[in-house]
Amino acid sequence: MDIRVENVLKEFSRYPALDDVSLEIKSGELIALLGPSGSGKTTLLRLIAGLERPTAGRIFFGDEDASSKSVQQRNVGFVFQAYALFRNMTVLENISFGLKVRPRATRPPRAEIKKRAMELLDLVQLSGLDARYPQQLSGGQRQRVALARALAIEPRVLLLDEPFGALDAQVRKELRKWLREIHDKTGHTTVFVTHDQEEALELADRLVVMSQGKIEQVGSPDTVYDTPNSPFVFGFIGESSRLPVEIDNGELWVGGRAIGLTSGETPKGNALLYFRPHDVELVPEGAALAGVVVASRRVGGTRRVELEIGGNPERVEIDLPFDHPAGEKTRIAFKPKRWRLFPTA
Amino acid sequence: MYEEDIAVYDSRRPPEPAYQHTRPTTEPRWIKWTLIGIGVSFMALVIVLPLVLVFVEAFRKGAEVYFKAFTDRNAIAAIQLTLLVAAIAVPLNLIFGVAAAWAIAKYRFWGKSFLVTLIDLPFSISPVVSGMVYVLLFGAQGLIGPWLRSNDIEIIFAVPGIVLATIFVTFPFIARELIPLMQDQGTTDEEAALSLGATGWQTFFRVTLPNIKWGLLYGVLLCNARAMGEFGAVSVVSGHIRGKTDTMPLHIEILYNEYNFAGAFAVASLLAMLALVTLIVKTVLEFRYGDELAGTRSH
Ligand SMILES: Nc1ncnc2c1ncn2[C@@H]1O[C@H](COP(=O)(O)OP(=O)(O)O)[C@@H](O)[C@H]1O
Ligand SMILES: [Mg+2]
Repeated sequence: MDIRVENVLKEFSRYPALDDVSLEIKSGELIALLGPSGSGKTTLLRLIAGLERPTAGRIFFGDEDASSKSVQQRNVGFVFQAYALFRNMTVLENISFGLKVRPRATRPPRAEIKKRAMELLDLVQLSGLDARYPQQLSGGQRQRVALARALAIEPRVLLLDEPFGALDAQVRKELRKWLREIHDKTGHTTVFVTHDQEEALELADRLVVMSQGKIEQVGSPDTVYDTPNSPFVFGFIGESSRLPVEIDNGELWVGGRAIGLTSGETPKGNALLYFRPHDVELVPEGAALAGVVVASRRVGGTRRVELEIGGNPERVEIDLPFDHPAGEKTRIAFKPKRWRLFPTA
Repeated sequence: MYEEDIAVYDSRRPPEPAYQHTRPTTEPRWIKWTLIGIGVSFMALVIVLPLVLVFVEAFRKGAEVYFKAFTDRNAIAAIQLTLLVAAIAVPLNLIFGVAAAWAIAKYRFWGKSFLVTLIDLPFSISPVVSGMVYVLLFGAQGLIGPWLRSNDIEIIFAVPGIVLATIFVTFPFIARELIPLMQDQGTTDEEAALSLGATGWQTFFRVTLPNIKWGLLYGVLLCNARAMGEFGAVSVVSGHIRGKTDTMPLHIEILYNEYNFAGAFAVASLLAMLALVTLIVKTVLEFRYGDELAGTRSH
């Protein structure tokens, strides 16, 4: 099911939680809404579900305008951040709930409902736990039940709000892989919300990066990571270093020294230089960025050093091989292999 | 804790060693026991003793007299009326209470905090005043009294007035019990049910109601105890017509004023038993489902 969000505005007590948001979601894709807390991810998801009404704008399911449809009519599978399992029902009853509440005309026979619920339980690898109550399950198991319950109604789209947010790192990783498998198996159009970039980068076909009620960038994980289109996205996705520079004569200058990088199309004036700490090469001193090591620490297989450049108050970080001899006060010259410039006003 | 016990009771150790661990909230033992002592004797004096005395008085002249008190026509009428009033007031307050709690806990609307205050009003107002309000409203000289009389509708000094006054006085019990509980539970369970295609009614009966059932039972229990025991408000609107508008508490007062102590205490013992049963069920509920009862946390 294609979903189209058109110029949606959502205000809570006159403060916009979403401001003129448009987005197209393709049938069958797994898309992640990624952004810091409060950026409007949950609000957008709830608007798609019909749990919230837009102040302005429209939402289409396929060609059909769903804006005025209720949540029941939209037939979406929604998985809540805190699972929201019905505590007075067993796992099996939770999963069959959506089928049991159907009007008689469309309700499958009881045996059929049970059979389907059992199949779903199997799909989420919880066979044998059908008679348990939610309180008797671990967080990861509850999340699986919540997903099975959402899948039971054969939703047109699956919406997940921070599905792994409350789980510990190990379980998160497993469930992540598992969600991808389920998605590939069932082929549902799936939108999930996360504030964890690693999760989004690993899991999603496409990312929607949000900030302050607006969409900053939409694209594949590679596109967003390699060509962030705003300082926000560059800073939010992946590791980044930034440095204020001046642009003059088609060249970049720091503290009156040219650093051997060309400015391309960016106009003359002040700008911020962004690059990835790991995406640098060490060069002999000269027309390059040169600084003094002020701190250094080992991060996994690399050594991350903090450099002070030309007395600049802002420090930059770069990665070196962990056996690099650089110590404190060592002077290091480097060039970013890839970088982006964002003019400052 | 143990350190402290030893320090106080073991005379071989120097008193109050400098390194002694004492929790900041721990008072010396004698204060603790004095406080417990005061509390227990107060309870015994003010609650247990009167309760025991009610039964002692009721049976003073023997079981025969005791049971005979209930064969009195007026006593039977009073018991019936009390049951009738409770049977109307409690279900109505159940519906009102759930509706009010639902509105307050699950929606945001203008004037909500005012509504919450309003729900508490019957708690803070003297029951006599509550009764008088109804007299002012429906009485012969009241606001709509003449209209009622011309249409042959009796409210004051009749059963409807008693029911109304009882509903008013007992309104807060269920609502107050449910509001914090429902606020605590939020709306995600309901949203989950709706997103799965359930209608509003299905959501209420299959999800909301089971989530609040113990709190609701608790509220109903307290509401019922009060509905059967209410004296002040009912006394004002009843008119004390024997065998017609006397509830149990009113009947007890009449018997008592007539120096019919055996009769008065016999009927009183019924109310006392109601109180005991309420107390026991309430305790069981609190013990068993404490975390699902808002009342045990907020009162
Ligand atoms: N029901 C609500 N009432 C008022 N403000 C809300 C409500 N829901 C969300 N907001 C506000 O909207 C903004 C976006 O919230 P949300 O969509 O929950 O962000 P996210 O899920 O990205 O953390 C926040 O500033 C939040 O305070
Ligand atoms: Mg959120």
